[in-house]
Amino acid sequence: MSQGSRPGPPLWLLAELTYRCPLHCVFCYNPVDFAKHEGELSTDDWLRVLREAREQGSVQCGFSGGEPMLRDDLEVLVAEAHRLGYYTNLLTSGVGLTEARIAALKQAGLDHIQLSFQDSTREVNDFLSHTRTFELKEKVAAMIKAHGYPMVMNIVIHRLNIDHMDRIIGMADELGAEYLELANSQYYSWAQLNRDHLLPTREQIERAEAVTATWREKLDGRMRIFFVVPDYHESRPKRCMNGWGNVFLTVTPDGTALPCHTARMLPGLDFPNVRNMNVHDIWYESEGFNRYRGTGWMKEPCASCDEKEKDLGGCRCQAYMLTQDPAAADPVCAKSPHHHVIADAVARAEQCGEQREHPLVFRGPAESRRLTRETTD
Amino acid sequence: MNTAAANDTRPMIGRGFRLQWEAAQDCHVLLYPEGMVRLNQSAGEILKRCDGERDVAAIVADLEASFGASGLEKDVLAFLDMAHQQKWVQW
Ligand code: SF4
Ligand code: SF4
Repeated sequence: MSQGSRPGPPLWLLAELTYRCPLHCVFCYNPVDFAKHEGELSTDDWLRVLREAREQGSVQCGFSGGEPMLRDDLEVLVAEAHRLGYYTNLLTSGVGLTEARIAALKQAGLDHIQLSFQDSTREVNDFLSHTRTFELKEKVAAMIKAHGYPMVMNIVIHRLNIDHMDRIIGMADELGAEYLELANSQYYSWAQLNRDHLLPTREQIERAEAVTATWREKLDGRMRIFFVVPDYHESRPKRCMNGWGNVFLTVTPDGTALPCHTARMLPGLDFPNVRNMNVHDIWYESEGFNRYRGTGWMKEPCASCDEKEKDLGGCRCQAYMLTQDPAAADPVCAKSPHHHVIADAVARAEQCGEQREHPLVFRGPAESRRLTRETTD
Repeated sequence: MNTAAANDTRPMIGRGFRLQWEAAQDCHVLLYPEGMVRLNQSAGEILKRCDGERDVAAIVADLEASFGASGLEKDVLAFLDMAHQQKWVQW
């Protein structure tokens, strides 16, 4: 981290309450070995984390997972977060969000619900999530509106649904979404396993962007659309998590504190656990949070690069996954000596990706255990 | 929706937004789904008076009295129009 400058507060607390989830998304960002992380934090642990993080200046709290509705103390946690002055966000697939629970959450002071969809067509949706959930989501969306919530819809975009953009946006508008996040799949964890199936072509992206632009004009501010191009198609990396240990504090189901939800994959780093370190020390003192803060840890080409303050060298997990060195430049960057890895994946996508090494892998505990064995054997 | 702010407009904080003072950041912030705007002092002072009761004329009068200033109306109206566009306030 740059000497002398004290990092700002952990503005965003992301509470991953559980890795349990009824869905099996092919782009899920939970760790591939999630099945081995057992022992969820108790209600009291979470209440303490909420208080400690708020004392350190956290203002946004996201309850996610897995599927956070599977925790039956969710209402208790939301009520305390609200009382402490957080803006409370629930990130859910909608499964388990009944009329009774949405009313209780409203009562507890929940500010906002983000509903995630996989696609606008029931067929593709059910295919992608491997369950029949589409109609349920329609119902949940209506419930969210009926309870007076602003609604953010989040749809992970990838090769298999990007050509449905027009229908996706149309559906979001019909359901009364005020914000629509068209989040391109990031290639970590399950999505990394499935990358060749999921990475869209340049042409698909351009078409999707044109469709989005047309809709923006037509909607005239009624719904705000955020569309982020997958970074594989860029020549500079994204400023990952807005900087390592800069804004985001993720707490995983077992209490591990991380600068981003995939950081646990990085070698040679011990991340603290909220069971035995308080949030102040985690954020300001721990090795895990200080290691890649700022620009002091960089090597070439980043160290002498005049853009280093802008992207902070990109994503550490992506650098590690694709170059085996967590301190390398993110290979998305055209200045990275490993940029060809990205270029190759994009080139494969352009050739329709017919020749894929393996079929789609659906997230689930059995697959998780299988893959964990593969990597540790 | 696209009506400009006028003297008799009664603005209030937009649905889904929350205004609060943050000691850790030493400023007012506006919180909304998954986001936050840090407000400078004048924006914070205007928004905290947007309670849906007072009209713009009263807000301007209160600001001028509190800060010993005059002729703030034009700036306040311009700010409110921008804030309305962003859905920070509604009327
Ligand atoms: S991405 Fe899909 S499988 Fe993963 S936690 Fe979210 S809903 Fe569940
Ligand atoms: S060389 Fe490093 S710092 Fe420079 S643009 Fe590329 S990733 Fe960013």
